[in-house]
Amino acid sequence: MGEVIYSAKPLWAVLVSMVAAFLILLTGDKARNLREGWTILAALIKFGLVFSLIEPVLAGKTIEYTLINLLPGVALQFRVDAFGLLFGVVAATLWIPTSFYSIGYVRTLNEHAQSRYFFSFAMCLSAAIGVAFAGNLLTLLIFYEILTIATWPLVIHHEDESAINGGRKYLVYTLTAGCILLLAIGITYSLAGTLDFVGGGFLAGHGSPGLLIILLIMFIAGFGVKAGIMPFHEWLPSAMVAPTPVSALLHAVAVVKAGVFGCVRVILFVFGPQLLHELGVWTILAGVVAFTVVAAGLLALGQDHLKRRLAFSTINNLALIILGVSLLSKNSMTGGILHLANHAFMKITLFFCAGAIYVKTHKDHVSQLDGLGRQMPFTFAAFAIASMGLCGLPPVNGFISKWFLCLGAVETHQLVFLFVILTSAMLDVAFFFPIIYNGFFKQPLPDVAGKIDEAPLIMVIPLCATALFSIIFGIFPNAFLNFFNIVRLAVTNVLGG
Amino acid sequence: MIDQLPALIIVAPMLGAFLTPIIGWRYQHLCYPWTLLVLTIPLYSAVGALFKVIRSGPFGYNLGGWAPPWGIEYRIDYLSAIMLVLIATIGFLAAVNARPAGKTEFKGKEAQLYTLFLLQITGLLGIVITGDLFNIFVFLEITSLSGYGLIAHGEEGAPMATFNYIIIGTIGASFYLLGVGYLYMATGSLNIADLATILPALYHSKMILVGFAFFTTGVAIKMGLFPLHIWMPDAYTTAPNSVSTLIAPLMTKVAAYLMIRILFTLFAPDFAISVVPVATILGWLAVIAIIVGGVKALAQTDIKRMVAYIMVAEVGYIVMGISVMNRAGLTGAILHIINDACMIFCLFLTIGAISHRGHGREINHFQNLSKKMPLTMAAFVIAALSMCGIPPACGFFSKWYLIMGMITAGQWIFAATLLGSSLINAVLFFRIIEKAYLAPPESQGHNHTDHEAEEIERNDAPLSMMIPIIMSALAILLLGLFSGKIIDAVIQHAVPAIF
Repeated sequence: MGEVIYSAKPLWAVLVSMVAAFLILLTGDKARNLREGWTILAALIKFGLVFSLIEPVLAGKTIEYTLINLLPGVALQFRVDAFGLLFGVVAATLWIPTSFYSIGYVRTLNEHAQSRYFFSFAMCLSAAIGVAFAGNLLTLLIFYEILTIATWPLVIHHEDESAINGGRKYLVYTLTAGCILLLAIGITYSLAGTLDFVGGGFLAGHGSPGLLIILLIMFIAGFGVKAGIMPFHEWLPSAMVAPTPVSALLHAVAVVKAGVFGCVRVILFVFGPQLLHELGVWTILAGVVAFTVVAAGLLALGQDHLKRRLAFSTINNLALIILGVSLLSKNSMTGGILHLANHAFMKITLFFCAGAIYVKTHKDHVSQLDGLGRQMPFTFAAFAIASMGLCGLPPVNGFISKWFLCLGAVETHQLVFLFVILTSAMLDVAFFFPIIYNGFFKQPLPDVAGKIDEAPLIMVIPLCATALFSIIFGIFPNAFLNFFNIVRLAVTNVLGG
Repeated sequence: MIDQLPALIIVAPMLGAFLTPIIGWRYQHLCYPWTLLVLTIPLYSAVGALFKVIRSGPFGYNLGGWAPPWGIEYRIDYLSAIMLVLIATIGFLAAVNARPAGKTEFKGKEAQLYTLFLLQITGLLGIVITGDLFNIFVFLEITSLSGYGLIAHGEEGAPMATFNYIIIGTIGASFYLLGVGYLYMATGSLNIADLATILPALYHSKMILVGFAFFTTGVAIKMGLFPLHIWMPDAYTTAPNSVSTLIAPLMTKVAAYLMIRILFTLFAPDFAISVVPVATILGWLAVIAIIVGGVKALAQTDIKRMVAYIMVAEVGYIVMGISVMNRAGLTGAILHIINDACMIFCLFLTIGAISHRGHGREINHFQNLSKKMPLTMAAFVIAALSMCGIPPACGFFSKWYLIMGMITAGQWIFAATLLGSSLINAVLFFRIIEKAYLAPPESQGHNHTDHEAEEIERNDAPLSMMIPIIMSALAILLLGLFSGKIIDAVIQHAVPAIF
């Protein structure tokens, strides 16, 4: 890899929201506008810091910052490469609309414990950026665990029985995963003596094939819990009891993507395509996630609760990302990694819509939405755009990533995976389009207002914005944030040349 | 002045202890500031000693100018230096914390409290600083006897628990003394450094083997290693809150220190592997200790008793790290001695503060406590997360080293036990955190924001309790972040070079 720049910017990007979190706690419920001001300010500063890293990274540089030595040879270290930057940019960018949306959401519903809510949110973002910029497995694990704990207060936010049970389930799954990861990382360290991510992997030539395969299983199980790979997905639909902005940013972007991010890091930067080909396990891995893709799609069909349906769609898409990466061909990797960014924009739009519908009408089941599109046209239009994107229809950005995924599946000569990707797109149509149809074309239910009556503007604008960006990124994949170039660079880092 | 540092560490609190009853005779209220004043001296000297060791390596101090092996030598190496700092710091903070609870628990007998308090700290420091086997026994007895006196002042059931502790503890001390006797008969020496050079020739002598057996069993009783832990939960649960903060974190840790000394300094490390299979036995005892401690803790509803059972498991962690006999494991064990002392200290402090404010120790009494005592509960959460091994708290790093030790040794069952235990800890603590941070069931729902939170009166711990609580919580985080530094500067030198 090219030139290395030593800069504390990654550290500041992590710290800014952590500092904001404590300011939020100190400000408290007394001065709500000031408290929300901290959130917005931190979101903007964080975005600025992360944005400023795009240019040097695209120029082939890596930004490095070592905080402190944790163990001999392993430091608490941030190293920003193209792949980490992609995740960082996605999380930092989407925090801005989510902050505005959150304010509208909690104030309209007059939620309790708002300070705790914004505090945990800021901590989560801090940890997510830490995960993105981590330079080695141990640093990644540290932020990953912080993310686990910081999300918990958000899952149990409503403090009723289902929330507490959802929270317990969430903790059992994720903390167990954390233990497995710790053991896996320990074994990796004892084998290779290093934990630094290297494009193309660093484990080749260490340990016996049997041990490496067990290690891979442990890693994928550990990170796969947050990524919702079946059979470890159960917590995610249960965690949908959280307030909708939480589901939007964390259970569609930051937390679950941290799991996917970890899986991809392990597949491409710890093991590497070469080693996985030699071990011959990539087809099994791809098979497991392909199963998740189809099964989650089928399960989504049966959900009447809107957020649960979206949760299964999330599981489906997360598995699709990992499928793309584990096919190990250039185009499939491009498609998978790009989908990590694209899916974030589309899915956050969908959750924003679900939240807006709930705030306005207190409806959260698909069967209650008949004719609601006439009352909330903007919300339903955004919903339609985002779900079209997830089905892979142009001109929404989902088309591009799915196109590359299909190309990649063809490249590997494993047509079954192409079939899986296309089936998944069909299933997307099958579970999203009825919602759009019901909303716009069915006879309205008696309680639907005859005129346009949307949720507060502070919620509608963010969801329109993310929908709009989904289209813009579909037509110009390199607009503003250079997503496509970053993805290309990340793939080049892994495959070389 | 600097040359007399080692002597000051012991002499100051000991003389201070003798003067306390005299001061308390007329001016009971002066005992507290006096104790704090006295304890600054070992704190200052211990930190000075640690820096001296880091700068120029281990050094000795001949008490009364008598050269070893005839005189008593104070030997300060990397391990004892960091232990001294640990004991002096926690001792000082525990003393700061002692007053509010001590006023009610030792009503009218505060002079006795502080006298025994200082003696306890003297004993703990003495065990660590001295390089003489018999001298260790003397300090061990000072510690134990003052400990019995302090614990017996506790709540209902304390006298019975103390009686149990006296019986078992005395057996432990006698075993240790018998061990010293056997070694003295065989070698004619009591100086550890001297013995370490004489002993290898005698490793297969029956007398040495019997002595070794008495040593390890005696120390295992003192540290509460399964199955010799039965005195521990009762004693630490019923002990007065002003005292359990001092004894609980330190007594087991000092005994663990003693075990490391015996296995790695007094005897050569391979003695415990090749001559007698004590390492293997200790390892499996540790596994059982961790499981039993965890399961018993799950069954408790009294938080103080729960923490006491967690300590049984934590002792298992340390012994497990020792038992694998490799660098990573022993580093983890030593790191965990330090980290666990801070975590247990923080937990007992917060529990003490909660009791002091009149809240019960049952889990159900923790309902909504975060609104009544927000800072105390925040510290409790930090300690709890550290217990579960969540980074960046220090518990994560000792767990990491212990796991590395198990992996290096190929002990997969040990590794699985460790990980399972941190999950049990997560269950244990999250059920409390859930209670403390969630509103009571009757007022759940959405539409209660500010006005209801104000109804609950905020009444956090008094300042003299709050300072140690905050310090220990910060220490948990800082020890985590700087664990690399601590290992580089101190612990890696404390591990025998042959590993």
